[in-house]
Amino acid sequence: MMKNMTINHHLTDDLIMAYSAGTLAEAVSLAVATHISLCDECRANLESHEALGGAVLDSCGVETIGKSSLQSVLDRIHSAPERMSHLERPAQRRDARLPKPLEDYVPGGLDAIKWRPVGMGVRQAVLPTSSEATARLLYIPAGTAIPDHGHSGLELTLVLQGAFHDEDGYFRRGDIEVAHEDLQHTPVADISEDCICLAVTDAPLKFKGLLPRIAQPFVGI
Amino acid sequence: MMSNAAQNLDFMPQPVAIGLKMRDSSFAVVSGTKILKTETPDDRNQMVDDFVAIRDLRDEAAFIRVFEYFAPRVKAFLMRTGLDPALAEECAQDVLVTVWKKAHLYDASRANPSTWVFTIARNRKIDILRKQKRPEPEDLPWGPEAEPDQSDILELQQDSERLAQALRDLPPKQRELIEKAYFGDLSHSEIADQTGLPLGTIKSRIRLALERLRHAMK
Repeated sequence: MMKNMTINHHLTDDLIMAYSAGTLAEAVSLAVATHISLCDECRANLESHEALGGAVLDSCGVETIGKSSLQSVLDRIHSAPERMSHLERPAQRRDARLPKPLEDYVPGGLDAIKWRPVGMGVRQAVLPTSSEATARLLYIPAGTAIPDHGHSGLELTLVLQGAFHDEDGYFRRGDIEVAHEDLQHTPVADISEDCICLAVTDAPLKFKGLLPRIAQPFVGI
Repeated sequence: MMSNAAQNLDFMPQPVAIGLKMRDSSFAVVSGTKILKTETPDDRNQMVDDFVAIRDLRDEAAFIRVFEYFAPRVKAFLMRTGLDPALAEECAQDVLVTVWKKAHLYDASRANPSTWVFTIARNRKIDILRKQKRPEPEDLPWGPEAEPDQSDILELQQDSERLAQALRDLPPKQRELIEKAYFGDLSHSEIADQTGLPLGTIKSRIRLALERLRHAMK
């Protein structure tokens, strides 16, 4: 399950570095962690950036530690319960379409989601994250287009089910599109299957053309 | 076992020695910042052995060595990220307790000890500073069947050391920028071009370790 897939669209190095430093908003971290759960290429990239963090830790100097610190740490490890087994396996996935980090935000699985219609058959569910950025699941019926829009900030779109294509290429499960301000795009869901995506934005989307007034509620923020 | 450990304590260097070490000749002072002398490969291997001993043998003497190396560094790191000294020290304690508790997750073919401690310190810092959840990638659990070869571990340590050396060799301005990114002083869009750092080598090594892990998990 979920392993050995071919991922063609990856995270950018700046996002991976910021994630490894722990400076991304919760919603953005959610998209990054979900993609990495599906993509060993980006997992290796993350872990190499964490190695860089380790090198920074090694070389950033030392501060004196209080005399009682070691003893208090030893007291704490003595009172910590020992694990029973080194062979624990993760709990069974409730919804195979949801990698672990996302499952934590959708405890009942995709089928239990209360979708809200946002027009043209497209539905959304906003996930509970901190307010600096917004994470939502989008349900896009097969063959449907999302209105042409640009971004004042960052938009990450990760495919969980089905596929979509736009000016940047074809995106399947696990693929992530990293759209910055310069990208004006019209994602269209593949005709073969309804598409479910995790979409994260750190600023409201900007729709162009005749649609803005109709489309803005679509964004829901 | 606990009484043995308590006895051993009498023979172990006490934390006060850390303060003394800082004025020792193994530290050079460069423009007000304490810069640590490069560690030898033997020190590095000792550290990996200590982590494995904590993981597999719950070895307290090894843990104390790990504490004495990392607690002062984690405290310094956290202070650079904006924590005051008292909170930074409290967090450094939490980080070392986590090293003990989560030692079973340590995989020496994918992370050197500093890398792993860095990730724990970072997560603790997010808990405290940002007061929000940090979604984590799904764990790749590994049982005894996935135990990596010594050579894989050694090569990863060597790659880590080369990466650390490359960081030290960067022009000061570029190095400062990378440090700022890890201290949380840059947003993702401010994070600049990362040229000059040989991340590709260690990335390929970790990629291989992940492939072996996937294979063992089948």
